[in-house]
Amino acid sequence: MSQHPTAQGTPAYFIPQPMPWPIMGSVGLFCMALGAIFVFNGMGGGWVSLALGVMIILYMLYRWFGDVIRESETNMYSKKVDMSFRWGMSWFIFSEVMFFAGFFGALFWTRVVSVPDLGSLLHNEILWPGFAAHWPSAGPGFAEKFTPMAAWGLPALNTLLLLSSGVTITIAHWALKENKRGLLNLFMFFTVALGATFLVCQAIEYGHGYSELNLKLSTGVYGSTFYMLTGFHGFHVTLGAIMLTVILARCLAGHFKPDHHFAFEAVAWYWHFVDVVWLGLFIFVYWL
Amino acid sequence: MSMQQVSARKMGRWALAAGLLALAAAGSAHALEWNLQPAATKIAEDIHSLHEYVMALIVVIFFGVFGVMFYSIFAHRKSNGHKAANFHENTTVEIVWTVIPLLILIGIAWPVTKTVIAQKDTSNSDMTIKVTGYQWKWGYDYIKGEGEGISFVSQLATPRDQIEGRAAKGEHYLLEVDNEVVVPVGKKVRILTTAADVIHSWGLNAFGVKQDAIPGFVRDTHFTATKIGTYRGQCVELCGKEHGFMPIVVRVVSAEDYTKWVDGEKKKMAALADDPTKTYTLDELKARGEKTYTANCVACHQATGKGMPPAFPPLDGSKIALGPKDAHILQVLNGKAGTAMAAFGKQLNDTEIAAVVTYERNSWGNKTGEAIQPAEVKALRK
Amino acid sequence: MSAVLDDHGHDHGHDDHHHGYSGIMRWITTTNHKDIGTLYLWFSFTMFMVGGVMALVIRAELFTPGLQIVNPDFFNQMTTMHGLIMVFGAIMPAFVGFANWLIPMQIGAPDMAFARMNNWSFWLLPFAGALLIISFFMPGGAPGVGWTMYAPLTVQMGIGMDFTIFAIHILGMSSIMGSINIVTTVLNMRAPGMTLMKMPLFCWTWLITAYLLIASMPVLAGAVTMTLTDRHFGTSFFNAAGGGDPVLYQHIFWFFGHPEVYIIILPAFGVISQIIPAFSRKPLFGYASMVYATASIAILSFIVWAHHMYTVGMPVTGQLFFMYATTLIAVPTAAKMFNWLATMWRGSLTFETPMLFALGFLFLFAIGGFSGLVLALAAVDIQLQDTYYVVAHFHYVMVAGALFTAFAGIYFWLPKWTGRMYNETLGKVHFWLSMIFFNMIFFVQHFLGLAGMPRRIPDYPLQFETWNKISSIGAFGFGLSQLLFLYIVVKAITSGEKAADKQWEGADSLEWTHLPSPAPYHSFETPPVVK
Ligand code: HEA
Ligand code: HEA
Ligand code: HEC
Ligand code: CUA
Ligand SMILES: [Cu+2]
Repeated sequence: MSQHPTAQGTPAYFIPQPMPWPIMGSVGLFCMALGAIFVFNGMGGGWVSLALGVMIILYMLYRWFGDVIRESETNMYSKKVDMSFRWGMSWFIFSEVMFFAGFFGALFWTRVVSVPDLGSLLHNEILWPGFAAHWPSAGPGFAEKFTPMAAWGLPALNTLLLLSSGVTITIAHWALKENKRGLLNLFMFFTVALGATFLVCQAIEYGHGYSELNLKLSTGVYGSTFYMLTGFHGFHVTLGAIMLTVILARCLAGHFKPDHHFAFEAVAWYWHFVDVVWLGLFIFVYWL
Repeated sequence: MSMQQVSARKMGRWALAAGLLALAAAGSAHALEWNLQPAATKIAEDIHSLHEYVMALIVVIFFGVFGVMFYSIFAHRKSNGHKAANFHENTTVEIVWTVIPLLILIGIAWPVTKTVIAQKDTSNSDMTIKVTGYQWKWGYDYIKGEGEGISFVSQLATPRDQIEGRAAKGEHYLLEVDNEVVVPVGKKVRILTTAADVIHSWGLNAFGVKQDAIPGFVRDTHFTATKIGTYRGQCVELCGKEHGFMPIVVRVVSAEDYTKWVDGEKKKMAALADDPTKTYTLDELKARGEKTYTANCVACHQATGKGMPPAFPPLDGSKIALGPKDAHILQVLNGKAGTAMAAFGKQLNDTEIAAVVTYERNSWGNKTGEAIQPAEVKALRK
Repeated sequence: MSAVLDDHGHDHGHDDHHHGYSGIMRWITTTNHKDIGTLYLWFSFTMFMVGGVMALVIRAELFTPGLQIVNPDFFNQMTTMHGLIMVFGAIMPAFVGFANWLIPMQIGAPDMAFARMNNWSFWLLPFAGALLIISFFMPGGAPGVGWTMYAPLTVQMGIGMDFTIFAIHILGMSSIMGSINIVTTVLNMRAPGMTLMKMPLFCWTWLITAYLLIASMPVLAGAVTMTLTDRHFGTSFFNAAGGGDPVLYQHIFWFFGHPEVYIIILPAFGVISQIIPAFSRKPLFGYASMVYATASIAILSFIVWAHHMYTVGMPVTGQLFFMYATTLIAVPTAAKMFNWLATMWRGSLTFETPMLFALGFLFLFAIGGFSGLVLALAAVDIQLQDTYYVVAHFHYVMVAGALFTAFAGIYFWLPKWTGRMYNETLGKVHFWLSMIFFNMIFFVQHFLGLAGMPRRIPDYPLQFETWNKISSIGAFGFGLSQLLFLYIVVKAITSGEKAADKQWEGADSLEWTHLPSPAPYHSFETPPVVK
């Protein structure tokens, strides 16, 4: 395959050579799946397989991204390849949006359809005497008392944290483009710190929910939607924070150029996505 | 619509002819069913004619479209020396063949709308029956109108021997039940469906009715039978391993016969009513328990008590069946969440539960010698 | 190419251990779109065999009334795994295989945009397949819940259900990565001059399919995740006692499920749109309207899902909305049918095996589409929902629609891929056998459904016996005919006649006009110039 030199002399297309990381990723996922299944079903050996799987995946990611970073830093990616990366990342984020859409759909459905339905006259008569529909609700079969999560405490603070981190990463990006490396490093650090603080607050909030509010994953559909939505979001924030940390490290190592820093932008997009999801959560899960 | 009906019938005849040929090939002796079952309600009739109407249109379109295709296949083949033209666009034609299907579809969807609305209109019913799907039987409660208070469970009456090929299959193989639903002719019957475990679906082709029974929710449908007779259907939503074995049988009778049936049923219920304070002997309980067991538990735990491990555990020698009796009673009353083991507390009365638990504790290799009394069950109900 | 990369490899001093793999490792590590396409196609065929054998178990049990061969529990497992394996293991990978082979060649690109991720997309599949198969050997066996996996039946299942859930997660990852790759390739890797509206239609259909996949697979992942947590962590998504709703599962599933059926059929439409012009020796009629029709189908496919749920007890307005929206889909589909006919019209037709399968597709897909239309009518569907009429409908669109098209595509491109021709006579025999036996299996199922035979039952009342017998005989005939297909393909690869670079007179896309047969390992050394 010959190359088509572009203005900068980098081949337009980039065809990587064979490598073992993908199959390693598959093996890792397979071990993780087996491990998780065994753990969930209380069978022996699950944790071992799960841990093994996670280790394989981490190693695979480390090596694969290592290769990619090296290729990027040695100018093997042309503008065209850069464009491919952009398309790829955008569609990946779109798929994530749809993943959250499924859970938001579940939330809307239960709030707007199933809970009111269960509290309707017919259902009171035939199946669930005395159940009055309201939200938050843990359903007609849930006997214990629980307190819903209030919006204007930690969650509001969390909103502030994430929104500010959106600002700091934008400043960092601007600094990168202006080649102000000191500012870049500083604001990347702020971003990571804000993300980490968010996670700490979220952990405190969960602790509060479990120990004081009697609000658990098993607290009917309110608990289910609350923890699944915020939990998956928290998981994404964790991933985002790790990615941000890697980017920070790369900034400190002098990676990225004002006109060539796709990885930085990808992580920034991802971070903004996480941010927007949080806004949705804050409005529909905590506030309304 | 008559034109279309005629052509639909014609098509039917063709299909029938083809079917007869196939019949000869397969060498079977049963009548061929190739269309909807004969309608026994107005709605089912409407569905029939809608189906015929749509089929007629479809057949016409089909012959039109494939007429063109086959003409082209014969006339425009290279072996005939046909040279290819080179056109590849024509906006007018393309608009025309977008608009025409649109109009046809409106012509199809429009008349259906009326029937959809009629199907959903459950108001002004003369009586209401609640249907509960259980794995794998149907519970019926007459909750409004003549016969109010009647309540029974209806399940497959075909013997296992027929199913497993040890006996010749009867006429109504798999479509027969121990207790049939009886309704009066010409009365609007509202059906409320719900389920105790998983989703089932209550459907009768002849009535044009099908309604899922969803655990924890109540849904409704209705029918007004216009013809006296017996109508048969089956559960139509996959509900586990015996899904193929939970038939639905409705007997439509005249108003007088219905009144008679109601009287008889009320008397039967009074005679059968159990006194939960009575004390029974071990043998009485075991005999009664065997019946309850056969009706409710064999599907999973098997007549031998060996179950079908690991999905369905054996009761013979089981820790629970030999352990403290309260745990055993509670298991049957409340079931085990997240498994197929249902809470039987709602389906069986205290006497039946006492009996079946006694039976399980004193059958196969289990020999506890304990007799559980209904009062003990009552005490454990919450 | 690799020479260029090697230099860089050495810069970094580590021994270039991942270079020059041979033997099995060549296939495991390959980043070549053709290798990966081949892997997809063979994987798909293997899964087709596995799923087909399960179908044969089903049909054998249904040959006569009564329980003979399997117990009801195992029967349900067969139905479930047959559906899942055929959809996710056989049909979808087959068309991703086509995409891999063809898209770079058709748009004049050297390879897919993300060659390494491409490898991963494929190599996830065997592991997901393994999870599905292993579940049979777990206590309680595979889940017997149907490929739709409705809650709360899924909550009752044993550990096999968890295997299936994780398999779906992995399959979903594979599909999403594969789709991102395809979208990016089509949008960014086209040769100079290859505008979007000049692309072969196959590329267009895949672009749109990939969009459907990216939008719908994550939703399915969410649905099965909720099932998982309902099973193990006490959540109440599908449990009324906790305020959830079993019907919620169905909404989420079908929000994925209906786009999924177009994911299956759109690439097939693309293949047909390549084959019919080739054998009509005439350009595709209405190219632009084909593109618009495909896009409309894709958009509409997101607002019709509840036509699978007419019997759950929706409000009447809901039923009417979904009924109208569903029937509307027939309009763009009609436009497509007519465009294909107009392409044939006044062409110069020949009937080699690919064309025969394409015509078989037109004929049988129309029947399947029409039965879909009958099902779309809510009032009528009440009679037919969950009966064999539905089974007949979807096998017409999926077997005669997608599978026949896959056959057509294989016969069509085999000369280009392998440089060798298949045996035309045997190909025709394969077509006619498939055609006859297919109809024997599934046409009679319309009658069964109308007469009220429920699906997913291992045993049935006596009046359904005749049709079931015919259907079962047909199934075995159809299955055997596919062994002939295997023979034809293997024979062609090993000892077929040499194929011409432009094997088909009327074929006009780049792979035929610009590349030799067999196509070289790297498609376009330099981008072709497209006028
Ligand atoms: C490849 C897959 C595929 C495709 C393409 C389709 C296409 C269509 N399907 Fe199908 N369908 C399935 C796969 C598919 N389906 C599956 C798998 C199920 C069952 C899932 C399960 O429950 O397990 C199902 C079930 C299903 C149902 C639910 C039935 C039930 O469970 O009760 C319905 C109801 O509306 C439906 C409708 C349609 C319609 C209207 C189309 C339309 O797109 C068809 C359009 C085509 C035509 C109309 C024919 C060609 C057109 C012409 C010749 C032009 C002239 C025509 C007119 C003017 C009318 N399908
Ligand atoms: C695209 C997908 C696809 C394909 C290709 C098929 C192919 C076939 N299907 Fe499939 N089917 C589905 C998708 C598909 N199906 C789905 C989604 C369901 C719903 C599941 C559910 O309800 O959940 C279903 C359900 C389904 C049922 C209903 C089951 C039930 O409700 O209980 C039946 C019954 O007849 C059936 C039959 C067949 C047959 C005979 C074939 C044949 O075409 C198969 C032919 C192939 C072979 C036979 C294998 C190749 C040959 C060999 C390995 C050689 C050995 C052969 C011999 C010795 C004869 N299918
Ligand atoms: C739908 C299938 C099904 C039916 C019907 C059923 N059971 Fe069960 N049963 C189960 C399953 C599954 C379990 C295992 C639950 C578990 O995992 O602990 C079980 C467990 C039990 C146990 C505990 C056994 C042990 O040692 O763990 C008892 C006792 C029992 N059932 C009694 C009954 C009785 C009495 C009936 C009828 C009135 C009945 N079952 C009907 C499926 C069923
Ligand atoms: Cu009950 Cu199927
Ligand atoms: Cu659909």
